[in-house]
Amino acid sequence: MDFFLSRYRHLTVLLVVITAQLLLIAYQVKTSKDIPLIRVWAVTAVTPVEQGLELVRRYTWGFVEDYFVLLGVRSQNDKLRNENGQLKIENNYLKSELATADRARSLSVFEARSPSKTVAARVIGNGTGANSKVVFVDRGSTSGVESGMAVVTPDGIVGKVVEAYPTASLVMLITDPTFAAGVVSQKNRVHGTLKGQGHAECLVDYVQNEEHVDIGEWFYTSGDDRIFPKGFPVGQVTAAPNGKTFKEIYISPSGMQGGVEEVLIVLQGVHQEVPGAEVASPAYSLMPAPTEIIQTPEGGPPPGSLSTDADRLRAIYKDVGIEQKHTYGEGPPGTKPPDFTKIPSVHGVPPPNAAAQPLTSPPAAAQAQPAQPPTGRPKPAPSKSVQPLKSDQPPAQGPSQPAPAAVERPPAPAATQPADNQ
Amino acid sequence: MTEYTQTMTEYTERLLNETPRKDASDRFRIVWLVVIPLIAVLSQVYVPRFVPFLAYLELPLLITVHFALTSGGPIGALSYGMFIGLVQDSLSHQPIGMYGIVKTLVGYFAASVSMRFDVQNPVVTFILAFFFYFFHQFFYWVLSRALLGETLGFDAQQTLIFGLLNAAVALPLFRLLDKLKVAR
Repeated sequence: MDFFLSRYRHLTVLLVVITAQLLLIAYQVKTSKDIPLIRVWAVTAVTPVEQGLELVRRYTWGFVEDYFVLLGVRSQNDKLRNENGQLKIENNYLKSELATADRARSLSVFEARSPSKTVAARVIGNGTGANSKVVFVDRGSTSGVESGMAVVTPDGIVGKVVEAYPTASLVMLITDPTFAAGVVSQKNRVHGTLKGQGHAECLVDYVQNEEHVDIGEWFYTSGDDRIFPKGFPVGQVTAAPNGKTFKEIYISPSGMQGGVEEVLIVLQGVHQEVPGAEVASPAYSLMPAPTEIIQTPEGGPPPGSLSTDADRLRAIYKDVGIEQKHTYGEGPPGTKPPDFTKIPSVHGVPPPNAAAQPLTSPPAAAQAQPAQPPTGRPKPAPSKSVQPLKSDQPPAQGPSQPAPAAVERPPAPAATQPADNQ
Repeated sequence: MTEYTQTMTEYTERLLNETPRKDASDRFRIVWLVVIPLIAVLSQVYVPRFVPFLAYLELPLLITVHFALTSGGPIGALSYGMFIGLVQDSLSHQPIGMYGIVKTLVGYFAASVSMRFDVQNPVVTFILAFFFYFFHQFFYWVLSRALLGETLGFDAQQTLIFGLLNAAVALPLFRLLDKLKVAR
């Protein structure tokens, strides 16, 4: 053994060292545990030196590196600044070109669709004057432009031509304090006069406080001014408080949003309908005719009952005419009319045959009943314009049926009266 | 012809039987024995941060080879290799002992070779550095697969190229390290 160890001493040490390390690895792999002591020693020995090296590097090589880097920073900064400025200019130019192309396209589309004959123009300058809002456009009398023509864009009206020169025209914008145009609201059909205020918003004047105007409601040209064709958008209401007499309706002109660059001059205007216009009084609903009906002796409602005072008066006058053998609308001027003083329902005098009628209604209502002819012939059918009280009521059943009984009741509101019943 | 054969025989005898290095009797100061491997390990973990392509440089291995070639004894060489390998393991995420085993073997074999060859010769130094780099990488790959079960690939071509580069670095490095020795 001693001989073996002395002869193979180096190999033995190698095997021992290798075996020890193999066991170390086997232990770590099997237990999944680390040997923290060796690592702590190594890290503790190495990292301070590493930190020192990093510190030295930072204050030596880093400083030198920063110095050489900073040498070129100023020139690079100037170069980048110049490049940035050029790119900004180029970007703005491209943006404006894009916007111009969009506007031109929308103008051409609008020009093609609009029934009015228009000519496109470009704003080439502003007018002088502190408060005046006028611009020059590059179309003049040689292009057919005349004073008083409307100037619009697809988004809304812009102004009107106040002077037409051969090669250019002076356009008064709708924001000019002296501008005025007739407008109408889209929803409630409120008419007013658009006035410039010298700033971005315009005022719609002469609208009664009683009129209803909603915030955000659109105003369109009404065509009343004979300058702007009817139906061009003007703007949306931003505020509509009540004033002393008239509302103070402020609108934001839609045609001047984002500035005015390209416009259309209306050479021959054609009125259009206000788009999307709603019924003036969409909230009103007609109530059904009154159900209080004079009961006949048989218990059923009288046939052909009249619904309104006008209907009843018409029936009374008609019966008076029949009674007095007078035909309305005949005879030359100056022909003696029927004697309306003998209308008992009007003057409170009951008709001669009123007492004979078995009515359960109040006398006033009974007085409204026209007199029946003594022959007992059927009562003439009510006029076609007179609507029956109820559509499901039974029709007249012969001469025994009394004439339609008028019902005394408060007159219906005027707004609820159908137009064809008047 | 006889004269030529005699010359070759003398050269071979001198290559095989001459003392390892002419300054093999010289020794490092103790401080250098600690500082040099520390620098080598530090350079391996620190320099590639700023010069990534120097990651191929296996300075701890070259230090081990140099020490083994000049130490004159396998036990000292394998112990030194084990020490440097364990330090490397401590700074890695692998189980401690992987680099230790490989560098222990490198130290042992390098020390054994130094008894046979004239390691002072640059050509021999270059070849040995190249060989031990290849052996180091290959044996580490074998151990990783055998002991840890890792399925790492072994790129022989890349290892050969890196071996040549390390061998090229070894020549001036060994000269530099020789100058740090002091005569006995």
